Amino acid sequence: MLKLFFHTQLALGFAQAAVAALAALTVVLLARRRGIRLESETMIAMARGLVQIVAVGSVLVVLLRAPRWTSGLLLAAMVLAAGATSARRAKGMPDAFRVSAWAIAFGAGSVVALMTFLGVIDTAITSLVPVGSMLIANAMNTNSLALNRFRSDVLAHAGEIETALALGAEARNSVSPYVQASFEASLIPAIDSLRSLGIVWIPGLMAGMLLSGARPVYAAIYQFVVLAMIFAASGLTSLIGTMLVRGKVFSGAEQLLLQPGR
Amino acid sequence: MSIPPDSDYAILRAEHLGRSVKEKILVQDASFELKRGEFLAISGPSGSGKSSLLRLLNRLDEPTTGTVFVEGVDYRNLQPRDLRRKLGMVSQRPYLFPGTVADNLRFGPAQRGETLPQEAVDSLLSQVGLRGYAERNVANLSGGEAQRVSVARTLANSPLVLLLDEPTSALDDAAKLEVEATIQKVVRDQGLTCVMVTHDLAQAARLAEQALVLEAGRIVRAGPVREVLHA
Repeated sequence: MLKLFFHTQLALGFAQAAVAALAALTVVLLARRRGIRLESETMIAMARGLVQIVAVGSVLVVLLRAPRWTSGLLLAAMVLAAGATSARRAKGMPDAFRVSAWAIAFGAGSVVALMTFLGVIDTAITSLVPVGSMLIANAMNTNSLALNRFRSDVLAHAGEIETALALGAEARNSVSPYVQASFEASLIPAIDSLRSLGIVWIPGLMAGMLLSGARPVYAAIYQFVVLAMIFAASGLTSLIGTMLVRGKVFSGAEQLLLQPGR
Repeated sequence: MSIPPDSDYAILRAEHLGRSVKEKILVQDASFELKRGEFLAISGPSGSGKSSLLRLLNRLDEPTTGTVFVEGVDYRNLQPRDLRRKLGMVSQRPYLFPGTVADNLRFGPAQRGETLPQEAVDSLLSQVGLRGYAERNVANLSGGEAQRVSVARTLANSPLVLLLDEPTSALDDAAKLEVEATIQKVVRDQGLTCVMVTHDLAQAARLAEQALVLEAGRIVRAGPVREVLHA
C-alpha cells in the first residue's frame, strides 16, 4: 500500500521506517497502560538506531573500497560501543564498562579471529564486518542479559550472600548460584534461535544470500554456521562477563558492595 | 595470641569505630570492649546505627575510622573469612540455604574443607532444642525453628563471639521466647561472648549484663545493663 504513495526508494524507506516505529510505539503505549514506562528509552533507542544504521549505510560505499585492515578497526570500535551499551544494563555495578568490553572483546573477538583464520569467515571487508558485527551484537545482548540478571539476583539475595560471607564463605563462592543462573538465562535467546532455525524463522542473512544468487542449501548451511558462531561468541562472552563481574561486587575485604538502597 | 579462659584480656575491643556513607554518619567514634563470657546488648531507637555497628564488628562493612581488635589482633590483619568465623553472626532473618537442616549446619565447616560429623550435627541441634531435625527440609520449618537452626549453623563454626542482630524481631511472641531461651542456654553453656542488637529493652535486661545505647550513631550511655536501661 505504501508503494502507491511513495515512488522513490528513499521516500519509501522512510515511510516503512515510520510505520514500523509506529508499531513499536503502540507497544510502548500498551505498556504504559500497565504502568510500565518505556517511552523515553524506546524513543531514544529507535532514533539512535535509525541514525546509526543510516550513517553506516551511507558510508558503506566507502567501506567496501577500504583496505582489509580497516575491518579490525571497525570491529574494535564496535566492541567498545557494545561494551558501553551493555554496561548501561548493569547500573550501579562497579567497572561495568570494562567488564563488558573485555567480555565482548574476548568472547566475540576470539570466535571472529579463529573463524577467520580457519576460513569460515571470508577476510573480505564485505564479509568480515557484517558477520563480525552480528557476533558482536549478539555477544552484547547476551552480556547485557547476564549482567542485568546477575545484578538483580545479587540485589534480591544480598541477605543470603552476606549470610554466606558471615559463615566464612569465600566471596566468589557466595555468589556462585547467581553467576550460574545469569549465565544460563543469558543464553536462552541464542539456544532458542538455534533450536527454531528454519522452522520459526529464516534469518535475513540467508534471505540475502538467496537473493544474491547463492545455492539454497549452501545459504542454509552458512546460516547454521553463523548461528553456531553466534552461540559460541555469546556463550564465551557470558562466561567471561559473569566470571569477571562476580569479583567486582566485592571489596578487597570481601564485603558486598552492591546492596539495595546504596 | 591466645588467651587463657578466665583472663581479663578483652576478647573484642572496638576503638573509635565509625562509618559514614556519602557524608551520612552511621556510626561515630564507638569504643568499647568485651571480656570472655560477657554479654553486651546494643540498644537505641530505629536508625540509630545499632545494626551498622554490628556489621562493622565482623567487617561486613568497612569502618571509615577506627578498628577492632580480636584477641588483641587488629582485625585488618586477619583474613576476613577467619575473622567472620571467629565472630559468628545471626541476622534478623535466618536466610537458610535450600536443603536440609544438616546441610545448613555443615555449610560453615565446609568452607574450610571440613566435614561436620553427624554427632556434631546432633549435638548442635540438641543445644538449640531441635533434636531429630537434621534431615528436615528447611522449607518446612517455622520462623522460630528456622532462627534456631540459624543459631546452630553459626555455632557450627565454633565462634569466639556471637553477634546477634535483632534475632527475635521478626518472630511472634511464642517463637521469640523459644529463640531467646535458646540463646540464653547456648551462651551460658558455652561461656560465649555475645553482642546482641535489640530494640527490646526488656529482652536486653533479661539476657545481657552490659549495655550501650546509641543515638544518631553515637554511644550516649554504656555500662551495666540495669543502670544503662533505667537511666
